Amino acid sequence: MAVARAAARLSRLAGTGGGTTVPGKVLSALDPDALDRLAERLPLGSALVSATNGKTTTTAMVAEILSPRIRLAHNASGANLVSGVTSTLLSARNAELGLFEVDEAALPEVARRVKPRAVCLGNLFRDQLDRYGELEHVAERWRAAVRDLPAEALLVVNGDDPQVGDLSRERPGALVFGLDDTRHARPELQHAADSKWCLSCGHPYEYAAAYVGHLGDYRCPACGHGRPPLEVAARDVELRGLEGADFTLAAPAGERRVRLAVPGLYNVYNALAAASLALALGAELDDVQAGLERFGAAFGRFERITVGERGLLVLLVKNPAGANEALHTLVQGGAPKLAVLALNDAIADGRDVSWIWDVDWEPLLAGLDRVVVTGERAAEMALRCKYGGFPPEAIEVVPELEGALDRGLELTPAGGELVMLPTYTAMLALRKIVSERGFVRPYWERAA
Amino acid sequence: MTEIRVGHLYPEYLNIYADRGNIAVLANRARWRGIDLVVEPVSVGEELRPGAHDLLYVGGGQDREQALIAPNLAAKGDAIREAVDGGAAVLAVCGGYQLLGRFYRDRGGAELPGVGLFPLHTVAGERRLIGDCLLECELERGEKRTLAGFENHAGLTQLEAGAEPLGRVIAGFGNDGESGFEGCRVGTAIGTYLHGPLLPRNPWLADWLLARALAHRLGEAPELASLPDGLEQEAHLVSAARARSRGGRF
Repeated sequence: MAVARAAARLSRLAGTGGGTTVPGKVLSALDPDALDRLAERLPLGSALVSATNGKTTTTAMVAEILSPRIRLAHNASGANLVSGVTSTLLSARNAELGLFEVDEAALPEVARRVKPRAVCLGNLFRDQLDRYGELEHVAERWRAAVRDLPAEALLVVNGDDPQVGDLSRERPGALVFGLDDTRHARPELQHAADSKWCLSCGHPYEYAAAYVGHLGDYRCPACGHGRPPLEVAARDVELRGLEGADFTLAAPAGERRVRLAVPGLYNVYNALAAASLALALGAELDDVQAGLERFGAAFGRFERITVGERGLLVLLVKNPAGANEALHTLVQGGAPKLAVLALNDAIADGRDVSWIWDVDWEPLLAGLDRVVVTGERAAEMALRCKYGGFPPEAIEVVPELEGALDRGLELTPAGGELVMLPTYTAMLALRKIVSERGFVRPYWERAA
Repeated sequence: MTEIRVGHLYPEYLNIYADRGNIAVLANRARWRGIDLVVEPVSVGEELRPGAHDLLYVGGGQDREQALIAPNLAAKGDAIREAVDGGAAVLAVCGGYQLLGRFYRDRGGAELPGVGLFPLHTVAGERRLIGDCLLECELERGEKRTLAGFENHAGLTQLEAGAEPLGRVIAGFGNDGESGFEGCRVGTAIGTYLHGPLLPRNPWLADWLLARALAHRLGEAPELASLPDGLEQEAHLVSAARARSRGGRF
């Protein structure tokens, strides 16, 4: 393990990253059962969070709730494979509880090895089909993982997602959360909705309310398969543009009005997931409320940075459902006139860029005077704008990210705010550029 | 105004790889030339009326969704084959391509019925063939063009003897990862595994389909005005370079 810790320092010295996965890889190679034994040492056990969208934010919210009272081993940097969880445990020697976000595909293995006392499952959307494969297959692997959980483990699921909510039927005593405010329902299912067909009989679900993608209050008119009863719910949601969102958290232990500093209905879902998991782990309702209200965004997901005389608003986009929510929230909060869209196609972004055509960019494009497209697949992003009805002469292609940032800042008046929507590796590269200019700290420092 | 009528088969089931991007390209490139493209969804409850469409589009779905609509699609087989005999154009992508063949057999041996338009069948393999893919096509004699896209399929597709592939694989896996060919063509019908979506970065194929559809509507193919395709060419080059550097590898 000393070797692995040394590898973490080397990785940082080499400037290749925060040393967030290398020591885990080194240790796993030297000792394949390291994760099992490291997890076994935690006196309060471990809790896992997985979802296509929101796992980093949800986990960070849980950390905010629990950290005043419990010492955590938390993979805050988002290193969410076996190697990242192992590295986190290595560097948090005095931790009492392991709190890990886990990649959807890695969940079965991490759960088998860590033997968690609680697992929180948020949602499943189509995401990087070249890497994860079809949604149904991920759902099947999750179902098997839930069946194999230790008998005493608590399951927390989002009842609003048909595939995820149905897992509560695998495990009596599962805690089900969901949204209960039909005023925020969309008029129809979005294009990016995935689980539209009844799990039991294949008939299309009917939605009393569809909130985010296929998340909502669904029921099959043919066989009656529907949303399980909610034990933890968000009611009376008030969205405050880009500034935040308020909601009433209704749990078996009581109700609290929560004022979130992060925006959008998707963050209400994240807060609900975090509250449910924290409650399942024994947190007090007052601590849940206070933690959620203290919470700022997980790095780069939604971030405001001051860059000299201008502001920079960074919103991560990585798959259709997540991008739709980010765009919806952005437009609701006051549509920008200029945006920089950064599309990369590394493995972590998805090598297949077809997902950008499933995103509803049109509400954003409708308000823009100009768009700057950048990244390794800038031209593809330009085509998405062009065939989405945006005038080609108002599209600027600047493939190199730093040049695109500077062009965006140049087009932004002093005192104004530039909106940038990067994919994952573009977001990391952007943070590096901005931190090298002295405006933000590297993420591994911030996360610590 | 001249009109092209598109029948979009099962759009709510078969849309996994951004199929609506292909439709958007067809609609815009028609509109920029003063042609109206009218898209009619043709789903489980609807008949395919003889002669009603100049172009049929079938996208890809997840396994479950393909299984849900396969019998209904196969029941429309006569109407689809008649439409192609009558000169209507077809673009079928990924799952849609497989289901327009004779059958699809999954890993457990269960078969989904096909339409039988394309002389081929598909059997699920052990590994998914995933990656960027580049083809050389010659849809019109003497006119060699390249198609750049992304493939992601478990099915291995076998063309029958004498069947015409859509193109020769320059980089990528293609129909079965071995034959060196990709897709299938029967007259005015094109089937392929390439998405991305396919048409934005390969506008020449979009125009070829529009020309076939117009010929079906008007009786002869008019000359289509050329369009400024600088962004499209750039995207094509990037995608083609991706296929050359990392296509066709596990």
